[in-house]
Amino acid sequence: MEPSLATYLALSGILFTIGAVGVIFKRNALGMFMCIELMLNAVNLTFVAFSRYYADVTGQLFVFMVMSVAAAEAAVGLGIIIAFFRNRLSIDTDDASILKN
Amino acid sequence: MVTTALFFIFAGLAIACAISLVYHKNPLYSAISLVGVFIALSCIYVTLAAPFIAAVQILIYAGAIMVLVVFVIMLLNLDDDKPLNRLRYLYAVGAGLGLILLAQTFFVFYAVMRSPKQAVNTDETVGKTLNIGSAMYTEYLLPVEIVGILLLMAIIGGVILARRFEPTKLELVVNNELERRNEQEIEDEYRIRL
Repeated sequence: MEPSLATYLALSGILFTIGAVGVIFKRNALGMFMCIELMLNAVNLTFVAFSRYYADVTGQLFVFMVMSVAAAEAAVGLGIIIAFFRNRLSIDTDDASILKN
Repeated sequence: MVTTALFFIFAGLAIACAISLVYHKNPLYSAISLVGVFIALSCIYVTLAAPFIAAVQILIYAGAIMVLVVFVIMLLNLDDDKPLNRLRYLYAVGAGLGLILLAQTFFVFYAVMRSPKQAVNTDETVGKTLNIGSAMYTEYLLPVEIVGILLLMAIIGGVILARRFEPTKLELVVNNELERRNEQEIEDEYRIRL
């Protein structure tokens, strides 16, 4: 007996919720970045679960695309974080207020 | 039965690691918790008969992205996260958003539980590398090409964002040489006029 589709969806939803709350609670740009990765992984779990339950390979291909986008996001996002650190000597998102006023 | 037991073990591990990711103030502890989430999810993919995705998950997420993140943490030598002081209302926003998303999760759980079609397709060959590869290079060739271009753009963007904007040593030497020649020419011209 295997766990039902609903169980996988519930796990994915819980992980997504934790990630979304983490993005808001974290002040650190790197912490926010890691929470976004967690949310992407929760969505990947949904894709793989549906792919299993409908025996369709499309879901797994979509997971592959999401992973590529996450890798691209990591490269560019960490570049932005390093550039921000060079200018402000901190990666606190509260300090990213140069456009305010 | 074994699959169910494994699923609940790894689901608990994933949720515990995710909570520890949000809870810890030190970015390095958060990163290590995130690696735990990735490994637990990879084991769940194995129970979902998707061995290729499980391997790629370990390779790309735990292997490449997290190594990059840990390198950046080490490079920047970060302090612990301080509590929010200027944007204190964000705690309320985060709690509200979390409650809404959790309610939505339980709604989806019960809706899917009550739906008549619960039939598990026991086709184990779907997640095999052969099937994924043949689908990827026939039916989904264009998306794969687009993802390749996206990765190229990300490489270029990452290099441009992370480089220093001061002139390099070579540029300095060349500039000095050019200036010297310019002055020499002006001097020569002056001498000829005299």
